[in-house]
Amino acid sequence: MALFEAKNITKQFGRFTALDDVSISVPEQCIYGLLGPNGAGKTTLIRIINQITGPDSGEMFLNGQKLKTSDVTTIGYLPEERGLYKKMKVGEQALYFAQLKGVSKTEAMGRLKYWFKKLDIIDWWGKKVEELSKGMQQKVQFITTILHEPKLIIFDEPFTGFDPVNTNIIKNEILFLRERGATIIFSTHNMGSVEELCDNITLIDKARTILEGSVDEIRSKWAANEFDLVLSGDVQIEDNGLYKILNRQFDNNKSTIRLKTAGSSVTNEILTEIMKSGEIISFNPTLPSMNEIFIRVVESRN
Amino acid sequence: MNKISVIIKREYITRVRKKSFIIMTILAPVLMTGIIILPTVLMMNGDKNLKKIAVIEDGSDLFKNAIPDTKDADYVYLGNTDINVLKKNFEQAGYYGILYISPEIINTPNAIQLISKNQPPIGLLDHISGSLEKEIEREKLLAYNIQDLDEILKNIRTKVSIQTIKIDETGQSTETSTGIAMALAYIGGFLMYMLVFMFGAQVMRGVIEEKTSRVVEVIVSSVKPVQLMMGKIIGIALVGLTQFMIWVLLTLGIVTVVKTTVLKQGSMTEITRNLPQNIMAENQLIAATPQTAEMSPELVEFSKMFDNAMNQDWLLIITSFIFYFITGYLLYASIFAAIGSAVDNETETQQFMLPVTVPILLGLMVAMGTMTNPESSLSFWFSMIPFTSPIVMMARIPFGVPFWQIALSMLLMIITFIAFVWMAAKVYRTGILMYGKKSSWKELWKWLRYSG
Repeated sequence: MALFEAKNITKQFGRFTALDDVSISVPEQCIYGLLGPNGAGKTTLIRIINQITGPDSGEMFLNGQKLKTSDVTTIGYLPEERGLYKKMKVGEQALYFAQLKGVSKTEAMGRLKYWFKKLDIIDWWGKKVEELSKGMQQKVQFITTILHEPKLIIFDEPFTGFDPVNTNIIKNEILFLRERGATIIFSTHNMGSVEELCDNITLIDKARTILEGSVDEIRSKWAANEFDLVLSGDVQIEDNGLYKILNRQFDNNKSTIRLKTAGSSVTNEILTEIMKSGEIISFNPTLPSMNEIFIRVVESRN
Repeated sequence: MNKISVIIKREYITRVRKKSFIIMTILAPVLMTGIIILPTVLMMNGDKNLKKIAVIEDGSDLFKNAIPDTKDADYVYLGNTDINVLKKNFEQAGYYGILYISPEIINTPNAIQLISKNQPPIGLLDHISGSLEKEIEREKLLAYNIQDLDEILKNIRTKVSIQTIKIDETGQSTETSTGIAMALAYIGGFLMYMLVFMFGAQVMRGVIEEKTSRVVEVIVSSVKPVQLMMGKIIGIALVGLTQFMIWVLLTLGIVTVVKTTVLKQGSMTEITRNLPQNIMAENQLIAATPQTAEMSPELVEFSKMFDNAMNQDWLLIITSFIFYFITGYLLYASIFAAIGSAVDNETETQQFMLPVTVPILLGLMVAMGTMTNPESSLSFWFSMIPFTSPIVMMARIPFGVPFWQIALSMLLMIITFIAFVWMAAKVYRTGILMYGKKSSWKELWKWLRYSG
């Protein structure tokens, strides 16, 4: 069942159309990627989901119920343009944001202690935000986003400002949150993390949805009949009616070859043909990366 | 509602805890009273050094003892001494200066010289010329051979001071002082201007801070933009009110201390005994004992001023001050909030500030004019126009304003601020999420008409 659904959302600013009949459906306990080039309308959609701005038309449902104002307490939002009060103390500030989300002070205090310890920033509790490094500020921000234990969490570029170690920590926390039952909408330009984390995606360009579905399905759909073939020894094979050689490398006494097969070729036939040339170690279809798909889809529209 | 109170609390506490707030709150009334009291204290104590002045009269002893000693200076009559000798060594002899009276004085008023190393104070010169004039007048009168002249002179000596009494609708009269009303008008108008502008600008700075530090988007995902804006405005208003109330209490405290110590400290025991009694009785006593009054007129003046100030309708002044502060502040703070939301940094506010500053300054200027002519139609109209009425009305109230005028002005104020808060909220809602856009009044007008 979809935890969150947006149906036919349209939003205009004056004469500019930011969203044109966009629909998304986010299954429960899913990590849902919201992708698109700059200025595509992602932020507007996210703001509409957060009820920061209202859509001109369209409807939204949370748990099958129409989205209400009070639902903000079950949604967590880490905006791309984020910040904290520089002069305010870290702990005090985290408490403030928790209270704004409707968590009582004592409740928030306990949870904050837990998370501050978990992310190893408890020593910074009484410091002013401006004394913290960017990465630590981001950790504080991450904690304030999830402290009210939202059912739906929206992360807009959650990894900016983190080093690889901390990126990994946050990645694991996101997976942990999903494990505990949260549903996550994840917006980013980092396609590597999309492949790694997302189950489903929607790609928006110029205010419209142009691609949606599960990551695996999309990748196999966009697979362009390419295979990676590894043969033992220094083996040369030639193009023929069944396939074309795109690329060949030799190292560690292995030949790695990328093939593009003709549309009608049958895998068994190809393998039979290749077996004549040498010993096959592996033969795998190459799925296009999300990065490639993103670029191809967006560029084909221009 | 609960969320607004969380916001109000944060806005209030972070500001009240600031060192600048604490210093400002404590120092301002001390400075204020200092400015008011210092001249009086200086006047009372004057120059601590007692000056000795040698009086030399060429050829006669007409003016022997004509100049009475004051608390600042003793006049030593040396009679017919050689001025040229004394000129050389008057300082060694302990004199501040030499007053030389030539025999020509009866006919030519210029025939008198004060020789000193320093520029003598104006009070000293007034005293000398006044005393001599009186003596010369007496001498001239004597020439008419009037009987019992001294007796007559004593009888006709008079002192005039006007008492102003205000009568209200119920026929109750209170003694007032135009000087006090002017001072209150000035303080009230200026303080209103200062507070509205200061705290209004604080709202703007707060909004800009939230926008530039990008906190705002996190917050508006939890609360409505209007709630954030109103929370900020109300929180800062409470800071202003807190400051104002502390000022009132501190001023009252200082005033009480001044009343009980400084005034009693005065050298004249007769006066201090009279002080606690009511003003009418005191005036009679002073009238009955002219010498006392003459001996320390500044002190009497001060205590009278003091009691007159107490006769003002403080309840009306303070309650209307609070009303106009709240509404005037809400009006301007909402405009300031809208401006803050429209810009990316403080320097960009310039183009928006002028149309906001002009009415405030205009109000201040009219308020200053009101002090000299409280009944003018200019003052009336500006005390009705909501953009200027808080300042101008505060300047009018100490002089007495008909009830219907206050009521009408307040009503207009309420209607206007509600309208402006509503409009500001619409602009604010769009503005806080707009970055890198050069904003203009036209742009703001467009935002005003955006839907949700």
